[in-house]
Amino acid sequence: MPLRLLKYAWKSPEEELRFFPQEKPLEKEYDVVIIGGGGHGMACAYYLAKEHGITNVAVLEQGYIGGGNTGRNTTIVRSNYLTSEGVKFYDESLKLFDDLSEDFDLNIFYSTRGHYTMAHTDSAMRTMRWRAEVNKHHGIDSEVVDVETIQKDIPYMDVECNGQHPVMGALYHAPGSVARHDAVAWGYARGAQMRGVEIHQKTQVTDIKTASGKVVGVETNRGFIKAKKVISMVAGSSPRITNMLDIKTPIEVFPLQSCVTEPVKPFMNTIVVSGSLHVYVSQSSRGELVMGASVDPAELHSTRSTLDFVEGLTDQMMDLFPFTSRLKIMRQWAGMSDITPDFAPIMGKTQIDGFYLDSGWGTWGFKATPISGKTMAYTVATDTTHELIKPFSLDRFERFNLVGEKGAASVGH
Amino acid sequence: MKLRLEKQPLEWIDRSQSLTFKIEGESIPAFKGDVISSALWAKGLKVMGRSFKYHRRRGLLSLANHDINALFQSVDYPNIRGDVVSAEDGLSLTAVNTFGNLTRDAGSLVESIAKFLPVGFYYRAFYSPKFLFPKWESLIRHMAGLGKVDTNWTEERKHKRYHYCDVAVIGAGPAGMSAAIEAAKNGVDVCLIDENPFIGGSLDYQYVNESSLESVRDNLNQTIEEMPNITVISSAYVAGYYGDKWLAVNTQSGLIKLSALSVVVATGVFEQPAVFRNNDLPGVMNASAAQRLIARYGVAPCGEAVILTSNPEGYRAALDLRKAGIQVLAVLDTGRPSHDWYEQVSDLGIPVYKEIQSIEAHGKKQLHAVTFQVNGLSHTLDCDGLLMSVGWAPAGAPLYQAGGKFSYDEKVQQLLPKTLPQGVFACGRINGVFDIYDQFKDGKQTGLNAAEYALNQTLSPCDVLKSPTPHSHSYPIWDHPKGKAFVDFDEDVQLKDLKGAIAQGFDNIELMKRFSTIGMGPSQGKHSNMNGIRILAKLTGKSIDQTGSTTARPMFHPTPVSHLGGMRFRPERQTALHHLHVGSQAKFMEAGNWLRPEYYQSDLNRQACIEAEVLAVRESAGLIDVSTLGKMEVFGPDAANLMDRLYTMTMSNMKVGASRYAVMVDDTGVIIDDGVAVRYSENHFYVTTTTSSSDSAYRLMQKKIVEWGLDATVLNRTGQLAAMNLAGPNSRKILAQLTDLDLSNEAFPYLAMRQTQVLGFDATLIRVGFVGELGYEIHLNASDAVPVWQALMAEGAEFGIQPFGVEAQRLLRLEKGHIIVGQDTDGLMNPFEAGMPWSVHLKKPFFIGKPSLAKLKSLQKRKLVGFELLVEPSNGDSDESPLESNLIIESGDIAGRVTSVAWSPNLDKTIGLADVTMEHVELDKLIHIKLTSGALIEAKVVPLPFYDPDGKRQRPEELLEGDVA
Repeated sequence: MPLRLLKYAWKSPEEELRFFPQEKPLEKEYDVVIIGGGGHGMACAYYLAKEHGITNVAVLEQGYIGGGNTGRNTTIVRSNYLTSEGVKFYDESLKLFDDLSEDFDLNIFYSTRGHYTMAHTDSAMRTMRWRAEVNKHHGIDSEVVDVETIQKDIPYMDVECNGQHPVMGALYHAPGSVARHDAVAWGYARGAQMRGVEIHQKTQVTDIKTASGKVVGVETNRGFIKAKKVISMVAGSSPRITNMLDIKTPIEVFPLQSCVTEPVKPFMNTIVVSGSLHVYVSQSSRGELVMGASVDPAELHSTRSTLDFVEGLTDQMMDLFPFTSRLKIMRQWAGMSDITPDFAPIMGKTQIDGFYLDSGWGTWGFKATPISGKTMAYTVATDTTHELIKPFSLDRFERFNLVGEKGAASVGH
Repeated sequence: MKLRLEKQPLEWIDRSQSLTFKIEGESIPAFKGDVISSALWAKGLKVMGRSFKYHRRRGLLSLANHDINALFQSVDYPNIRGDVVSAEDGLSLTAVNTFGNLTRDAGSLVESIAKFLPVGFYYRAFYSPKFLFPKWESLIRHMAGLGKVDTNWTEERKHKRYHYCDVAVIGAGPAGMSAAIEAAKNGVDVCLIDENPFIGGSLDYQYVNESSLESVRDNLNQTIEEMPNITVISSAYVAGYYGDKWLAVNTQSGLIKLSALSVVVATGVFEQPAVFRNNDLPGVMNASAAQRLIARYGVAPCGEAVILTSNPEGYRAALDLRKAGIQVLAVLDTGRPSHDWYEQVSDLGIPVYKEIQSIEAHGKKQLHAVTFQVNGLSHTLDCDGLLMSVGWAPAGAPLYQAGGKFSYDEKVQQLLPKTLPQGVFACGRINGVFDIYDQFKDGKQTGLNAAEYALNQTLSPCDVLKSPTPHSHSYPIWDHPKGKAFVDFDEDVQLKDLKGAIAQGFDNIELMKRFSTIGMGPSQGKHSNMNGIRILAKLTGKSIDQTGSTTARPMFHPTPVSHLGGMRFRPERQTALHHLHVGSQAKFMEAGNWLRPEYYQSDLNRQACIEAEVLAVRESAGLIDVSTLGKMEVFGPDAANLMDRLYTMTMSNMKVGASRYAVMVDDTGVIIDDGVAVRYSENHFYVTTTTSSSDSAYRLMQKKIVEWGLDATVLNRTGQLAAMNLAGPNSRKILAQLTDLDLSNEAFPYLAMRQTQVLGFDATLIRVGFVGELGYEIHLNASDAVPVWQALMAEGAEFGIQPFGVEAQRLLRLEKGHIIVGQDTDGLMNPFEAGMPWSVHLKKPFFIGKPSLAKLKSLQKRKLVGFELLVEPSNGDSDESPLESNLIIESGDIAGRVTSVAWSPNLDKTIGLADVTMEHVELDKLIHIKLTSGALIEAKVVPLPFYDPDGKRQRPEELLEGDVA
């Protein structure tokens, strides 16, 4: 019995500090307005307050805290990317993740499981080796492993894949982890709020006002708020925000779907991804298998579920794990992925003074939550683009200075 | 059999067929038609499972497919629901998630420390010190989870079926049956879907003793049986409503994908438990569960019953119990009843307590008494059954998924459909219609509407038939200072947990769910969401509508992976020449769905086999099957325009009878495909794609034709045509034996295309040089490929012709410095970087990617270069050989990567292509390759191609003017 729980012998949880404040009226003006109360928005608010002392901040969320892609992803955290820019960025994120529970005084269930990306073709093996080489060069723990090693670690996987497209090897990334996604958003929200940040749920931004090329405030369903600095951290809703300012981005929005099985006792201790079979899976601490595939084939601003997705995913799952045919799918859902042509995010300043963008998170936004919050907070507080996010600026598309993360990001979130 | 009753009029069991199964070693007698739970209950075994968190004893709750506490496992399956799965002879089960067994479960120790484990306790601890977290996590994971998985289970896959109907009716209760009949009478095809093995729904367990309904019931059943245009799909549920009236119907034998023109949702309502202290004791159950137990299985829910009610249904249950010979000690009404059933119950001498103020159950292992307060006075009744009839919640998942909206009706005290999408209808209790005759009427009028919609007719107006009085208690929740008032039985979520969550700021319905886990269990909140909403609304002072609800996502019930995945379908494609390759000992490799010869096996080892094939091509002749290439024919007045727009090179000025390299890039200028295009006539082209992009290229072409409004047609002939490449210095001599065509260089120069006959078969010949020798690509009908291949091999025998595979071709093309798209290019590489600036014709008015390439031309940051190793690795030591994807490291930074590398037997050295930054592209520059071992080796940038730099071998005669790149 951990000591931390003993206090509940004389204290009920109702007496604890609220995670989120009671609703209250909006102020007329804030130093910084963050649009979007997901993980990124909350993390940015947290680091603004904690590291830069900027606390006159409002986070505006049209729905509820963490209700967008923060609460819809499959919680995988990894840094085995393909480009140097990606690897450095996500590695910093992993380091922050590792300490979050203690930072927050809240257990985010950061569980390091090891992450396998299976290769079923020659070309996939080349990509795995490429990622491993880039990772190793930057000191990231990744390596290409052979079938025997895989079979030893995951004895219950059918590496023959039912006789077609057998597994030829894998990229193994030991630091690959899962975390309780909601808790990440809650922890940041509570930490930000404790330091004076205001969080306003059910508050929708309807317009962003500018005067002579500078942001002056945001119009909301609850009235106008003055602010000289506005940050958009809204993932799948990014085009709606950038349209308000006529900012052009190459973002396209695709649904990304997931599903879970009924809970079963733990048996799967690693994260398994197969790009060729469009499957990734891990077992949650509650016992469900959490599964996903690649994004839907066509652009759509919707979180509807499709039968095709769950049919395709379960079909391929059985090739890797034949025994899962006897499990049952309990629930499926979807999020909206804001995808860029180079599968890397768009972060930092924009052509409009005082408007900052954090978007293009596609299928890899959750794992970037801490580092995006931290680097965006730095960028906003100092008005200097953080070194780690320089490669991700919006104008790279005009300069054709793309990042090229497709090989590591397109599947296997 | 302790609690088995006399035969019931409508029972589902067949008492002539006995069977026996086992629970944790104990034999349980049952009848055919029993479910696991009914047989256990009949034997008096009321403890059917242990709860998720505290391992409390649990019994029956709903008998309606959400009794997650009566969950079992066998050696074959993990989570078997006792309340719906048939008892089978010989079945052997254990309860899930116990640490011991049903009677003795060490897990119940958790309850003794429950006060240290408030809602979300796992967020509060276990993370510090960090190094201990994995231990705690392991413990928590082992405490969680339900059934056990055996990873040796074999794969099960069930067939899927497609089905079409005009009207799909979901739910075959009184309303659904009436709807189906009325729709069918209007001449449409109807599917009537019900999750039970028999149709009837509540008519057959809530109205068993209403003699006036007997003839109505018989009539409904008979009509449905007789009408040829009603298909009954029983033991099946709609797992999800997808897209436009596209239903995933899960049956016991597999999934039916049902497409309907209109949909009637008559799924009814889930009975909701009351929340009070010890409401989870075995013996406390929904009144409808007791009615199902009696009517379907002939099993008494208890010996002495107390009924807690807020609606007439509770009184009807009292009458049903009485009729079955069960003693009803009292009816506890939360209000003041004013209906006929109250009179009937009173007349039987059953005491009715009105306006009861609180209730609490007692018992250790199961219910033995109930305490309640009326007018400030406390009463206690000893009993072994407490039946709850306090309200209902809509089984609205299909409506929510269809895009329907619900709002709370204060009169009925129930969420009712407010707006529904076109062609989707609701009727019966989900619509708030409770009077049984009104349910028939509602079904009838809705069935008519559904038929009208399917027939594209104007919809007839409908009467609003919803109940004028409430059938649900607005807040069936009684707090107790000592707690144990359960809201979610799956997850062991108590009232105090929700209060704790709300107090901490999780006061949004979704946040409350996520923090407390209410509704996250296998029943997905069927018996807990409504109470959760009521509690949240009350504590935050909001209305039910303001509070909202969580999203009702598929699956309606958990649905087997074996059904959703279905039978395995992975087509494997073989070329027309496949059996010849088999005969030649080909070692096959997978290329997408295709099988291709990797190389042809002999007594030599793999490497030697490949080298022999390479040498044959270089020295005499070789033949490779390239049938897997994508093969598109492009016709029409705009064919040339289309080709110009799709490819980077100008195609419209290509002469008839010529060929050209065809590179396709995307909008950002990145190479996505390459092949060879030929022109058959003014308006007729033929173009190949890489094996892996044939489908995507075809889709893109079709899409662009529509997008650009061009008068052109693309025909994907990939499977119809075969293709082979005859290459080597003797290829002309060999081919000449099989065709009358003048193959002389003058008549058929390099890069020309000719349509002719080979061995009497129509064929297209293209003089290409991918492998760097004189060569002819032969495209012909797949059915003609075998004789032509055999003839070429026979004619070539005297020259030592060899069939060659993909590996030899990869080496041959590498010697020529030709790229393979996807291997030497990555997700960002454009033609300039790939060393092919000549393939980009920026003078064309438009092609996909032109604006990008126009800019990229001067922004080149890297380039594909050829390299050779300065020092060859010592023989056979693969650790010293560079591999594809090894990095180029310069001054400690990544400067590129090896994209192709191989030892060339012709050049007697290791050669390769590397994608390097512009600082390192100069000839003779030294670059450093980081081996997998971490060691750096030196290589030198050399000109491309490595082999035959002047291209004399693919054009043995002097280059003539023509369509040459």
